[in-house]
Amino acid sequence: MKIDPEIHPSAVDNAISCIGLSRNYGAVQALKNLNLTVPYGSIFGFLGRNGAGKTTTIRILAGLALPSSGSAWVAGMEASRKDSVARQRFGYLPQEPAFYRWMTPVEYLDYAASLFNLSQKERKPRIDEMLRLVNLQEAARRKIGGFSGGMIQRLGIAQALIHNPQVLILDEPTSALDPAGRYEVIELIASLRGKVTVFFSTHILNDVERVCDTVAIIHKGELLLESSREELLNKYPINTAELELDNHGQADGKWKETLEKQPWVNSIQTEQNIVRITVTDVACGKQALLPLVAGFGLLINRIQWVRPTLEEIFLKISA
Amino acid sequence: MNAFKVTISIFFTAVRKEIIQQWRTKRFLVILAVFLLFGLGSPVMSKMVPEILKSEPGGEELVKLLPPPTAADAIGSYKEFIGTFGYIIVILLGMNAIAGEKESGTASLILSKPMPRWVFVLSKFTAQSLMYTLAILVGALAVYYCTFVLFGAVDVLILIKINLLLLVWILTYSGAVMLASILGKTVATAAGAGLGFAVLIGLSGNIPHYGKWSPNGLMSWAGTLLENTEKAVAIPGALIGSLVLILIFLIGSVAIFERQEIQ
Repeated sequence: MKIDPEIHPSAVDNAISCIGLSRNYGAVQALKNLNLTVPYGSIFGFLGRNGAGKTTTIRILAGLALPSSGSAWVAGMEASRKDSVARQRFGYLPQEPAFYRWMTPVEYLDYAASLFNLSQKERKPRIDEMLRLVNLQEAARRKIGGFSGGMIQRLGIAQALIHNPQVLILDEPTSALDPAGRYEVIELIASLRGKVTVFFSTHILNDVERVCDTVAIIHKGELLLESSREELLNKYPINTAELELDNHGQADGKWKETLEKQPWVNSIQTEQNIVRITVTDVACGKQALLPLVAGFGLLINRIQWVRPTLEEIFLKISA
Repeated sequence: MNAFKVTISIFFTAVRKEIIQQWRTKRFLVILAVFLLFGLGSPVMSKMVPEILKSEPGGEELVKLLPPPTAADAIGSYKEFIGTFGYIIVILLGMNAIAGEKESGTASLILSKPMPRWVFVLSKFTAQSLMYTLAILVGALAVYYCTFVLFGAVDVLILIKINLLLLVWILTYSGAVMLASILGKTVATAAGAGLGFAVLIGLSGNIPHYGKWSPNGLMSWAGTLLENTEKAVAIPGALIGSLVLILIFLIGSVAIFERQEIQ
């Protein structure tokens, strides 16, 4: 692997390194001195609310925007200098990928592979392999203009992987998809574990919980946190009681109002017949919760003390 | 393969894609058809004008006053057609080149690959230039054939010279529209900028002392070639000015595009 001779030390061992990365748009600071490292081999979730700076970071990494200061490195090459050689190292999928509608997937992948200087002999089997991976063999010779959102996204992943890159950079790959399309894309990303480093931005926490091993949270252009997913979840104590009620209709009622008034209750979230009660005093909660709900005659299938979800942690950190 | 060879290979791949795109999206056929129409229509119209006038009341008297139409009139009419509609065709076909790709998002996918931005711009200009060259060739062959059939012998050398001047004139507008397409965030704003540049080029012939360098001089030059070959006045300044202008438009396009953030 060719390494940039002027490489920053932190970029040697990491798939991605952002060093003091800032980007200003007039008076607005979209990125503020971002320092971020993505280890090789990880599936890295880059989390943030809308407008947090995720897409700006990714556009700089992809060479589509220049930083106001700082540098961004991908697989040992500085990507933030708009050096076209650095773009050999990664594959990129924007939030809403757009293709030439008059082309077929085979033609587009062949064009993309030619830009990566793959010979004709190499291109054919690679295109077949990619079409198989993203399950687009049957649509391989149909015009892209008639594709669904899920098919477009899968073709986007195929074109990003066509040259067998070391790093795959995906900008909100699931945000524009329906649940079925989202499932397909997340499964596809999960299948890449161990084969390529995946860096993907999202605000959909379920996706991160399902596939990522490392996460970072960005808020208002600043990095708030970077950690392995397990480490992050372990940092937060078991302080939430998850109640599965027998009857969906029981989830709201007077018992909930009474519970909300208890000094040891922090928050209550309801999703169908599942109620999650986060407490401030776990000992007090364990002692008082069950008698309180039983007093209202609720039929309970299951009660379990659990950790907060990534979503709850994210909301707490980026509040 | 060294870096230069790789870049040249990417350039030819991109030019090939642009040509296929022009063919598949029917732009190529449309422009060939338009120039074919100019080539065939101009001699026919020149020949028919006296006949049409004769059919009007009092037209016969009027026709007696006019000199009979010649091959030069037919080719002059062809030149006028291109002079009148050429830049509009160039704007309509070129405004989309970069602005359309930026607006639709296709540019961000391609430019995240190892394609230098200058290759992206110049491959489009090269493909367009090839398309206009072929269109001019088709138009020239059509005007030659039709003029020969209707009026007799045609001076081929003069016809070639006129068409070369017309090609340079079209490419000057094509360069201007390329720059407009880079400046515009949307296809609509690119079209507006392209029209603005076209107006400026059109007015440039009126600038005192510098008018002789204007691309408009190419049309005047082509006109004098038709009038009388011995009295034809070459305006090399217009040719040099146009070529320099094309170069300025392309260098400007690449320089601006290199700094642009692609959405």
